[in-house]
Amino acid sequence: MGEGKAGIGYNGIMRQTIPQPESMPDVPGSQTIVSVTGLSKRFGERLVVDNISFVIQRGQCVGFLGPNGAGKTTCINMLLGLVEKSAGKIRVFDLEAPRFHREIKARIGVVPQADSLDPDLSVEENLRTYAGYFRMPRRLARKRVDELLHFFALHNRREEIIEHLSGGQRRRLLLARALLNEPELLILDEPTIGLDPQARHLIWERLAILQAQGTTMLLTSHYLDEVARLSQQVLILDHGHVVVQGEPRQLITDLVGLEVFEVEGTPAELEAMGASFAQCNARLERVGDKLYVYAREDCSRLTKVMDTSGSWVRRPANLEDLFIQLTGRSLRES
Amino acid sequence: MYLQKRKKVTGSQHTINKLPTNTRCNRGFFAISTIMRGFSFCTIWLRNWRVWKKHILAALIGNLGQPLLFLLAMGYGLGRDVGPMNGLTYLQFIAPGLVASAVMYSAALETTYGSYTRLTVQKTYEAILMTPLGVVDLVLGEIVWGASKGLLAGVIMLLALPLFGVVPSPWVLALLPVLFLSGMFFSAFGLIMTALAKNYDFFNYFTSLVITPLFLFSGIFFPVQTMAQPVRGLLEMLPLTPIVSLARIFCYGRFDEPILLKFLGSILVTGCAVWLAGYLLRRRLIQ
Repeated sequence: MGEGKAGIGYNGIMRQTIPQPESMPDVPGSQTIVSVTGLSKRFGERLVVDNISFVIQRGQCVGFLGPNGAGKTTCINMLLGLVEKSAGKIRVFDLEAPRFHREIKARIGVVPQADSLDPDLSVEENLRTYAGYFRMPRRLARKRVDELLHFFALHNRREEIIEHLSGGQRRRLLLARALLNEPELLILDEPTIGLDPQARHLIWERLAILQAQGTTMLLTSHYLDEVARLSQQVLILDHGHVVVQGEPRQLITDLVGLEVFEVEGTPAELEAMGASFAQCNARLERVGDKLYVYAREDCSRLTKVMDTSGSWVRRPANLEDLFIQLTGRSLRES
Repeated sequence: MYLQKRKKVTGSQHTINKLPTNTRCNRGFFAISTIMRGFSFCTIWLRNWRVWKKHILAALIGNLGQPLLFLLAMGYGLGRDVGPMNGLTYLQFIAPGLVASAVMYSAALETTYGSYTRLTVQKTYEAILMTPLGVVDLVLGEIVWGASKGLLAGVIMLLALPLFGVVPSPWVLALLPVLFLSGMFFSAFGLIMTALAKNYDFFNYFTSLVITPLFLFSGIFFPVQTMAQPVRGLLEMLPLTPIVSLARIFCYGRFDEPILLKFLGSILVTGCAVWLAGYLLRRRLIQ
C-alpha cells in the first residue's frame, strides 16, 4: 500500500495534494448510496455472511463476485429486507435497513435471478401491474411503460403472453420492470444467465446506456467478462467473507500480473518449462497437463523456450484469473 | 480507461427521458400517502383480478359445479324421500348451507393451490416483495382476494337458488357480509396451509381431512341441534357450523336461533386465522 499507485486503500491525503484530472468528475449530489458495516447472517449453525463491509457510491457499478454459496444473494436480500440480518448495519440512501424497507425499496430496481414474471399476463400487463405496486399514477405508468418497451425493443410484443417470449425477451422485460420506478440503485442478479451471445450483447448495450446516464448498479454474475465490462469496482466474496475489493484492472495487475501463458505439454516438458520461467518474475500453476504462468513482468524472451513444447497461448491477465486465484479451483456445490 | 471508452461508444439513439422530479412516483407519492398505505394490498387484489378475468369460465365452473350438483342430487334426489326438517323441505334445508360451502371451497382452494403456485412456481410473492409492498400487504391482498372469490361464488349460488324453487327472503342481503367473513376465514386457513406446505400433495390432506369433513359435518345436511350432547358441542365448535346456521337464518328470515354469539365467534376465529397466516407466511418468506 506504501507504493501509492495501488487503487485499493490509497488515502485521502494523496487525493488532496495531487490533482487527478483522470478521476471521475464530481457529480453534484455525489454521495454514498449503500453503506454496509460489519454485516453478518447466520442460518442456524451456518454463517453465510461473515462481517462484511462495503460502500457503493452514486453512479458506480459494483460487481459482486463469488462462487456459489458465497453469500452474494443473501447480501442483496438483506439490503431489500427479504432476509433478516444477524448483525451489522445497513444504510441505503442514508436510510436504515430494514426499518425503512418500504422507502428503500421504492427507490431500488431489482432484476432477480429467477424469472418472476406473471405468466398469465401479457408483456404490457406485467409492467402495468408492477407499476401498480409502486403506486404510480396511471398516466405516468402508461408513459413509462411505453418508453421502456421501446428502450428494450419489446414494443411490438406488448400484447404477447409471457410464455411465447424467448429467454432474451423475458430478461429484457425483467429489466424493464426493474426500471419502472426510475430506481436510483439497480440490482442485477445474474442478468444474462442462460442467454445467447446476441441477447447478452443487447442487454450489455442497454446497461451501458443506463450507466452513462448515471444509474448506480450492483451486479452479480458468474460471467466475469460481463463484470469486467460493466463494473468500476469489484468485490469478491468467498465463504461469506470479502476476499478483496477494488478497481478490477488494478486488482488484476496487482494480484495476478500482466499476462498469462497457458502451456500444454507432457509432464516432463512442463517441468522443464517451469524451471526456465524461474528467470522471470512469474507465478506458476500446474492444472492437469497444463501449466499456467502468471507473469508479473514482460516475459517475452521466454517464448522461444515455449516453442519447444506442444502448444501455448499468451493472453492478458483477466478477472477470471484473479477470481480463481483468490477462491481456488475446487468446485462449490451447495 | 476501458470504461471511459465504452461510455463514449454508447450513443444517444436510445435514451430514457428523465421525468421531472416533482412527478417522480417515489417522492411525491410517499409524501401524501402514509394513510393510503393501509390499502396497498388492493394492488395485489387487482393483480389477481386481472389474471382471474382471463380464466373466468373455468374458474366459475370449477367452483360452482360441486355445490350445484349436490343441491340437485341431495335436494331433488334424496330430498323427495326425506321428510320436512325444521319446518323446511329437505331441498330448502340444505340450500343455504350449500351456499356457505361454495364460499368455503372457493376461498380455501384459491389460497392453497392458487397461492402456493404464486409462492413457488411463479415467484409472484418474491417479485412483489421487491417493491415497496411488504408481507402484511401480501397476506391481506391474498386473503381479501380469496374472500372476494368466495363471496362471488356464494352470490352466484344464491342467484341460482330460485331455479330450484328456493326463493330467499330480503334478509338474504344481511348474509353477504357473513359470507365474506367466512371467505376471509377460509382464505386465511388456506394461506396457513400454503405457508406450511412443502409440495402440492400437502393440500390433499387439507381437503380430505379438513375441508371435506367440514362440508359433511357442519349442519348442511342434518340439523346439528338434535345431536346428542358431546357430539353436538363438538360440531358446533367447527368453524363452518355457525356460518351454515346464519345462512339458513338470513336466507329465510327465520330468527329461531341466537345470532350474536355465532357472529362474534366467527369474527374472533377469523381474526386469529388472519394473524396466524401473516405470521407463518412472514416466517416462510423472510428468512
